[in-house]
Amino acid sequence: MNKDLKELCKDIRCDIMTCIGHLGVGHIGGCLSVVELLAVLYFEEMNIDPANPKMEGRDRFVCSKGHAGPAVYATLSNRGYFGKEELLTLNQGGTHLPSHCDMNLTTGIDMTTGSLGQGFSCAVGVALGSKLAKDGATIYALIGDGESQEGQIWEAGMFAASKKLSNLIAFTDYNKLQIDDTVAKVNDIAPLADKWKAFGWNVIDVEDGNDVDQVSAAVKQAKRNRTTDRPTMVILNTRKGCGVKWIEDLGAGNHNTNISEEQARAAIREIRGED
Amino acid sequence: MEMRAVYAECLAKFMEEDKHVVVLDADLAKASGTRKLYEQFPEQMFDCGVAEQDMASIAAGLSSYGFKPWIESFTPFATRRICDQIAISISYAKQNVKIVGTDPGISAELNGGTHMSMEDIGVVRSIPGVVIFEPVDETQLRAAMPVLNDYYGPVYMRLFRKVTPDVFGPDYKFDLFKADTLREGNDLSIFVSGMFTRDVVDVADELAKEGVTCDVINVHTIKPIDRETVIASARKTGAVLTVENHNVIGGLHSAVCEALALERVPVSAFGVQDRFGEVGKVPYLRQALGLTKEDILAAARKAASLK
Repeated sequence: MNKDLKELCKDIRCDIMTCIGHLGVGHIGGCLSVVELLAVLYFEEMNIDPANPKMEGRDRFVCSKGHAGPAVYATLSNRGYFGKEELLTLNQGGTHLPSHCDMNLTTGIDMTTGSLGQGFSCAVGVALGSKLAKDGATIYALIGDGESQEGQIWEAGMFAASKKLSNLIAFTDYNKLQIDDTVAKVNDIAPLADKWKAFGWNVIDVEDGNDVDQVSAAVKQAKRNRTTDRPTMVILNTRKGCGVKWIEDLGAGNHNTNISEEQARAAIREIRGED
Repeated sequence: MEMRAVYAECLAKFMEEDKHVVVLDADLAKASGTRKLYEQFPEQMFDCGVAEQDMASIAAGLSSYGFKPWIESFTPFATRRICDQIAISISYAKQNVKIVGTDPGISAELNGGTHMSMEDIGVVRSIPGVVIFEPVDETQLRAAMPVLNDYYGPVYMRLFRKVTPDVFGPDYKFDLFKADTLREGNDLSIFVSGMFTRDVVDVADELAKEGVTCDVINVHTIKPIDRETVIASARKTGAVLTVENHNVIGGLHSAVCEALALERVPVSAFGVQDRFGEVGKVPYLRQALGLTKEDILAAARKAASLK
């Protein structure tokens, strides 16, 4: 099942390695951890049209952990929003692909994010807008686990439940790592599922957020939850740096990592299973 | 009529005419004068509770969906509390959000120092892309509201919410980006914003009796400041005084000094001397902080003498 999506995840991972490798530094770990989610959303679930990126009533995706921009760009490029050659301009002066997502620069990006916590509130505003417009769109938002230490995340969570925004489906990239150390050691967010339940959300806990079949099933379940009058939080237990062993082994050190083009080429061979 | 009542009346008209106009509160709808609009416009009024950061970013999300959000709170919580949300969610993202802060400076009165923003203009003025507007009376506010509603982009309105003395007459024509000349003279330019404007007009009339004539210019829009008017007046009179209900650092005085940086003219400052506020009614606070009408008169005499 979903063999094509699995191949697609490899393509997206390779494109992440290519563009960050070309630049020499970037947020590799938190890009690699969310690939399966992006593949499922952009290739399976979202009502979007790359030829008409501002289509009215389209589903929208807010990447509140804005530093995963390169993963979103790789996905958008594979989906046909822009050519793959553009990925090589990542973070170069004058690029349309900045490190953090920018709705005014990049075709297909629905919200400007990067100052953690804010994108999630913006997504709640978008979901409220869609509800007022009665256009039936589904609004997706991705937050980080470190980002979940921001108070604004919980302000937004409370408001979304209070306003019964069942058209909002959020995901936590629960890779358990942040810049300074493990999330548990820095400022623990556990028990995460209990917190979201207490905030009035449906919660789906996905055991392996890097298993595309599990992610796909969870998103389908979340969409069925629209009848419940509650927003849904899908907790994706992921691996930061997933797909490239040495990056994954860096642990908390893989948040923003230097990488040579040779290392990137080796990583691509590993992702392709060519080693 | 209270300024907040005028403000709420205008919002009601906008919401009636356009379903895309929405108003967001952070548990201060009563103070802002908009509480009663919740019954009339249940699908356009949203109370986010005591969560100003969330309110600001939700408004940005609504704007990205084609809505025209107004957000409101007390001045300090509509600015310094949500500085990053104004910067990133709203202005950097180029969203069309109107930010309304009520009770500026000493007008926070009995809420005291914690609620008494002396720095809000400075905070917002340093964020690119945000227009800063401070109305002085009912006539100006009424004229400005439709202009703000139609202007695409972030505007911070610093709103005195109670009754203000009249400054403008029925023939008043408002231009958001043009300062208003209230008196014309040759000896001193007084640039004034906000609640001291009426007093400054009186002070100018007083000085005229002494043979000192003043330009009195209401700088209702502090950013972008009307450089043309400010520079022309300063060149004509050769001496400048700024008058504001704000710290003399970061607000109108700073904006005027920046506009006049290349001019050879003394620019004196009248305002809050880099200190926090405290609890009290306006007459007490004006005494305590050196902001009385007599203080303005003395400052104007001194400023005029410097040329």
